[in-house]
Amino acid sequence: MAVFKHAYKGYDGPLTPAWSRFLVLPRYAFEEMSRKRFYSIFFLVSMLAPLIYALIIYLEHNLSALKMFQIRDIVPIDARFFLNFIGWQSMMAFFLAAFVGPGQISPDLANNALPLYLARPFSRAEYVLGKLSVLLILMSIMTWIPGLLLFILQASLEGGGWFGQNLRIANAIFFGSWIWILLLSLLALALSAWVKWKPLAGGLLFGVFFVAAGFGGAINAVMRTQWGNLLNLSHLIGTVWTSLFEQPFHRGSGAVFFRVHGDEVPTWCCWVSLLAICAFCLYLLSRKIRGAEVVR
Amino acid sequence: MPQVIELDNLEVRFGERIILKKLNGSLTGRAIGLLGPNGAGKSTLINTLLGFHQPSAGTARIFGKDIRTDAQNVRGLIGYMPENDSFIAGMTGVHFVRLMAEISGLPPEQAMERAHEAFFWVGLGEARYRNLGTYSLGMKQMAKLAQAIAHGPKLLFLDEPTNGLDPPARARMIQLIQEIRGRGDLHLILSSHLLRDVDECCDEVLILKDGRIAASCNLEEERRANRKFLELETRGANGTFTAAIEQLGCEAAAFPNGRMKLVMPEGVEIRQLYALAASQNVQIRRLNHKRDSLEDIFLKAMEVPDGGV
Repeated sequence: MAVFKHAYKGYDGPLTPAWSRFLVLPRYAFEEMSRKRFYSIFFLVSMLAPLIYALIIYLEHNLSALKMFQIRDIVPIDARFFLNFIGWQSMMAFFLAAFVGPGQISPDLANNALPLYLARPFSRAEYVLGKLSVLLILMSIMTWIPGLLLFILQASLEGGGWFGQNLRIANAIFFGSWIWILLLSLLALALSAWVKWKPLAGGLLFGVFFVAAGFGGAINAVMRTQWGNLLNLSHLIGTVWTSLFEQPFHRGSGAVFFRVHGDEVPTWCCWVSLLAICAFCLYLLSRKIRGAEVVR
Repeated sequence: MPQVIELDNLEVRFGERIILKKLNGSLTGRAIGLLGPNGAGKSTLINTLLGFHQPSAGTARIFGKDIRTDAQNVRGLIGYMPENDSFIAGMTGVHFVRLMAEISGLPPEQAMERAHEAFFWVGLGEARYRNLGTYSLGMKQMAKLAQAIAHGPKLLFLDEPTNGLDPPARARMIQLIQEIRGRGDLHLILSSHLLRDVDECCDEVLILKDGRIAASCNLEEERRANRKFLELETRGANGTFTAAIEQLGCEAAAFPNGRMKLVMPEGVEIRQLYALAASQNVQIRRLNHKRDSLEDIFLKAMEVPDGGV
């Protein structure tokens, strides 16, 4: 098929590896996002906190700067410092999921584009993985990647075995962030797959987060129990994080956005709840992501 | 002839309903028409071959590859133009086709090149940078065809390709399909409720009725056979004329009012009949090739009781 000939011709050239084809979806999504100013501004704003935290770490280790400002100590650079950082960035990631997530699957469903994707050597799992990776990549850039960079900055400035002694913090940053961004991404995609109207899907993400927490609180109050917290995503993730960071501030503390308010449920219950929510989201996606709708 | 599609006891159920009932057969044509009334199972068959539905029993093979066990590779050979409006929101035409080609495995540069070429080929070259949302129905059909062929498939599924097209656009679509068929390196399956489309584009037809194969025939052979079957209307013909025709090697049957039906053998030309008629002072007032049209084939298939062929 050549333009000048205007005739059809087959293709027998090289092909990309099958495993890498899901990455086409995030590439196109980022290309589209880069054209929208709102996303660029939001992303820049979300990078302010890492800069501020990096500045704090730098000042903490710069005696002349501390002397200049006549302060002895800014904040201790410990697990709580990093937990607060992850908490703040995770909140930004939540807003990002609410803005970007609904636009992932719902337009494809509304425009009947799924048969076009799935009639190719491209499976349903690869489609979900491709859409998921849009959110996972963006939220990784906002959470665990700057978190680990801050950790490395602190370790390099502190020296003297700080890295080895605090390796648990790096693990907590990495795994704690991944649990959260995976949960958010799956929730956003599942809502996007079931609600075709983008603003409503975004609103529903807030609903799942806040309304479910309110409902859980009501259950706690009425039933005089703490099990209603299983409906509270911020409680679940807060409990998991504090256990990952393994700090004495296990109760009543945590990150800026994700606080554990006493009356905790066991950590393993929180893990199970988070996994169950993820599994349910995958089930919802598997119901909707099909090449053809079956009318029974 | 290499088998394009082989149906091996293929059965598809949706819950308790059996949609495709143990289909058997093999299709070898370059352009295969898929016909049937609404609800016959045409779309279900296409969707099953594409891997969208799982067979509840049996299987099918496309170019020898099993759709159950080798679905990914099977889809690598296929281009699909769906019946309904299908596109990706907020994209220009060429961007859309490029994305689809990349998903099929083409590297970005080749995908871009082929997307442009496909758009020129379908006649949308000038509109390729326009947003798909602004395309007319006819343009969307052409864009769907472009995305179906951009990655160079070996088998093309066209589901109602002329749906909603005005006569010039329909003629253009048919011309493109005939061009694809003519190239010889690509097979196509054309599902349509328009017999004329199938008649113009296909050399083999599979007729479905109520989830069963009601008829399957090679239109080329049918057309060739039809060319040898003549209906004559004569004046002045008698037994002598019939006998003379039979001496030429034809099978002939005479009817009242000078009407005759005859089957000509290989090597006998129509002008020999005229010469014979002139020598016997018989007028041939009308000569028709028997035209057992696709419509006749279709209507006969619809009369077949459940069970089909």
